[in-house]
Amino acid sequence: MNEEDLKLSPDAFEPLTKDEREDSEKIAGPSLSFGQNVWIRFKQRKAAVISAIIIILMMVIAFGSTPFINNSTLVKSHPQYANLPPKIPGFGAINGLNGKLKQNGQWVDAYAQNNVPKDKYFIAGTDYLGRPLGQRIIYGTKISLIVALVAAFFDLTIGVLYGVISGWKGGGVDNVMQRIIEIISSVPNLIIAVLMLVVLKPGITSIIIAIAISSWTTMARQVRAETLSLKNEEYVLAARSLGESSSKIAWKHLIPNLSSIIIIQTMYTIPSAIFFEAFLSFIGIGISAPQTSLGVLLNEGQKNFQFLPYQMWIPAIVLCILMIAFNLLGDGLRDAFDPRGQR
Amino acid sequence: MPEKILDVKNLQIDFNTYAGEVKAIRDVSFHLNKGETLAIVGESGSGKSVTTRSIIGLLAKNANVVGGEINFHGENLLEASEKDMQNIRGNEISMIFQDPMTSLDPTMKIGQQIAEPLIKHKGASKKEAWAKALEMMKAVGIPDADKRINQYPHQFSGGMRQRIVIAIALICEPEILLADEPTTALDVTVQAEILDLMKDLQKRIKTSIIFITHDLGVVAGMADRVAVMYAGEILEYGTVDDIFFDPQHPYTWGLINSMPTLDSDTLESIPGTPPDLLDPPKGDPFAPRNKYAMKIDIERKPPFFKVSDTHYAATWLLAPGAPKVEPPLEIQRRWKKYALMKKDHELVSEN
Amino acid sequence: MTRYLLKRIFYMILTLFIVATITFFLMKLMPGSPYANEAKMTPTQLEIMNKQYGLNKPIWEQYLIYIGGMLHGDFGTSFQYSNQPVSSLISARLGVSVQLGLQALIFGVVVGVFVGAIAAMKQGTWADSTATVFAIIGKSVPNFVLAVILQYYIGLKLGWFPIAGWGSFSQTILPTLALSVGPLAETARFIRTSMVDTLSSDYIELGKAKGLSRTEVIRKHAMRNSMIPLVTLIGPYAVALMTGSMVIENIFNIPGIGEQFVKSILTNDYPTIMGVTMVYCVGLVVILLITDIIYGLIDPRIRLTEKEA
Repeated sequence: MNEEDLKLSPDAFEPLTKDEREDSEKIAGPSLSFGQNVWIRFKQRKAAVISAIIIILMMVIAFGSTPFINNSTLVKSHPQYANLPPKIPGFGAINGLNGKLKQNGQWVDAYAQNNVPKDKYFIAGTDYLGRPLGQRIIYGTKISLIVALVAAFFDLTIGVLYGVISGWKGGGVDNVMQRIIEIISSVPNLIIAVLMLVVLKPGITSIIIAIAISSWTTMARQVRAETLSLKNEEYVLAARSLGESSSKIAWKHLIPNLSSIIIIQTMYTIPSAIFFEAFLSFIGIGISAPQTSLGVLLNEGQKNFQFLPYQMWIPAIVLCILMIAFNLLGDGLRDAFDPRGQR
Repeated sequence: MPEKILDVKNLQIDFNTYAGEVKAIRDVSFHLNKGETLAIVGESGSGKSVTTRSIIGLLAKNANVVGGEINFHGENLLEASEKDMQNIRGNEISMIFQDPMTSLDPTMKIGQQIAEPLIKHKGASKKEAWAKALEMMKAVGIPDADKRINQYPHQFSGGMRQRIVIAIALICEPEILLADEPTTALDVTVQAEILDLMKDLQKRIKTSIIFITHDLGVVAGMADRVAVMYAGEILEYGTVDDIFFDPQHPYTWGLINSMPTLDSDTLESIPGTPPDLLDPPKGDPFAPRNKYAMKIDIERKPPFFKVSDTHYAATWLLAPGAPKVEPPLEIQRRWKKYALMKKDHELVSEN
Repeated sequence: MTRYLLKRIFYMILTLFIVATITFFLMKLMPGSPYANEAKMTPTQLEIMNKQYGLNKPIWEQYLIYIGGMLHGDFGTSFQYSNQPVSSLISARLGVSVQLGLQALIFGVVVGVFVGAIAAMKQGTWADSTATVFAIIGKSVPNFVLAVILQYYIGLKLGWFPIAGWGSFSQTILPTLALSVGPLAETARFIRTSMVDTLSSDYIELGKAKGLSRTEVIRKHAMRNSMIPLVTLIGPYAVALMTGSMVIENIFNIPGIGEQFVKSILTNDYPTIMGVTMVYCVGLVVILLITDIIYGLIDPRIRLTEKEA
């Protein structure tokens, strides 16, 4: 193009040594491992981070409450405090949070009406037996979280193992295992649970058994599909042709590569398990007294919704926050693991 | 003097990534003459695809054109409206992508896919467009075209699909065809067929081609001129003979030296990796991998030095006062051959 | 194709047979007696009742009678409503549930596709964020909570629609809305992801390189390709609608099979429980088969693989 008349001093043409060359080759940005990349992308998703914090907080409160809120405190009723609306210290000006209740279009101080001592506060109100709703909600949240953890556990054990074996063995074994899944999933999950609960006695154990039977099939299918495709990846073929044992291959190659789909699927199983319990308890065949759960509280609250809306609103909001938090966390993790197709 | 149909000047493109701004194209200039084939050669990540995509305005969302111009028919394409670009795309400038397996809509009959640009740009009726599509299918060598026009992409092999993609690109008889590694995903035998087809069609419809590849071997039979790209810059450009027989930039030497030849049984490679374009080197980008590198190479970016009227190279080795270095044996052999060729040429022209 | 279909139908029947068998023996394990007023009954009365319901025969014989009856669409007699065959109980209510389910499915999918497509096309804008937030809320809020809220605020307070019952179209609106939220949110999320994925594929790039405008590319190439996989979601939707209907029909007092199912559970009416379970299974299995066939019909790639198989 344009040959510039360049006056260069002869030492400019000194050859560079190998070291000098490599010095200028240093890489500006540090290269990041897969895990670090996932972490960076996850941290960028504010909604997912906040959800994770909310979930941790809820877990701490729910499980930390065990010494104070348990089967014996749950049964204590105080008929004189029945059906009191929420009253929170410092919220005297806000109707609905100051112990006042709307009756025939008028806000009436329910606490004064029932001669409740002035210093008595029920921040989430009370139920028809005068039991503090706050305690019951915390207990119910604990039940939801236990169900969530149990579902996650079965997903990670039965689901993953079933999927890996089915995908890895292939052939006849795979065929039979897939038929079994097909049979299980030709009955809607909740119907399986209902049948189990009809046969067993209602309660947390029966719900856990129902989840154990039906919740892991999606995980097993996904893991199987992924295993099938991983099995034919060149590096797995290489490991196999080098004579590595199946268990070693599974541990070194399969599990790390399956980890993202396992984590994501687990995060999606959890909210559906929480829904599962709430649903069964709501229709009256899930958790039974003296235990309670968010579904039971919703069922009780629904009956009085017209007059005592807080009895349904508060457990409903807690349940929704829990579901939203797990869904958002799941989305955040999915995007963090798999940046393709996302913005 | 051949007519310039496309003139790219000082093009600069950045990409916003979460790691920072990647300076993918750094001051790239080149032009395309009417009727010729210009090959842009470089390894992956050198910016050759980005350059061609910027010509038809199909850059990724996070790409940012920082400066430069792309002149086509007296218009700067970088400033053209989206509407104008739509009228140019597929009509005056077409593009062929690398992977024929994924570049066709899996749920649309191929006849319709081929006919689409004609309906869009030439206002053809569906019937006319399908008739022309059938003609194009025959022209690109698809057997049983009248039957296969109603089939779907998955019913075709990779080579056949690339022929279909070529038919789509050429149905409006564009002035420029941008071919982004059109044969990379294909078998070697199919590669040759596709290249022959492209050359043949180029003659028939008189189009100019920008041919992008990382494979110098493909370039020799295909291109009139070659530009060598590295780390977002053009390092050397010239005619095919200039680049193949009189290469000047050590990177070009490396590329040629790493081509398999019949009489050598070892395959040379260029050690090291391209620089990180988050923080591009201020001197010659190839310097860190260049065993002929000099002090000035890491301090200042070399300008283009003229080798001949058609041949320029950006290396300090061509600067006045630079030491003479010994290129690899293969290059020395080619230089000798080039000197002979030149002599023959001079003799011919004297007579 | 025919061979594939026959194979599928064979497995379908096998699956249903296994489910029927398991359900039957599960119900035999059920605690409690089927008769509500058992305490007042004399042993003779009990014996007559047992004879009437066939409960005095050995279990395997009861099983054979049950399976044999089922082949003729006979699920036995309800315990809850004496002398009423389960089959007529179900058939009287099936239409109601199917109508509710279809309405919810159509509304949910149509609106979901619309919302999802807009979110994908306006990726990163406020429209996208709003759609995403609503989709998350729709996916997270249980339909029975929403049903109660809709019933109270829209039905009772605003008085726009009847709060319960079944008969007129306006009575179907609130339950349809409550039931459709799940599929709607799921469809919107699915279409958004699928569309974003499609929009980044090479053939969309080629469409743009042909000179098509953004809307033309979306209309001609992206829409169909992102919607085809939606067919695979119809199975899960059917499950969601079936279970959803159990509680929604209850809340809105709709005489469908979901409402009947819950009633039967609470009254230990096991012939009805078994009957409804089988109806749900047959429904689901048939829907899965139909969606597979539809998928094969609308996606040209699948058509071929099945022909080859």
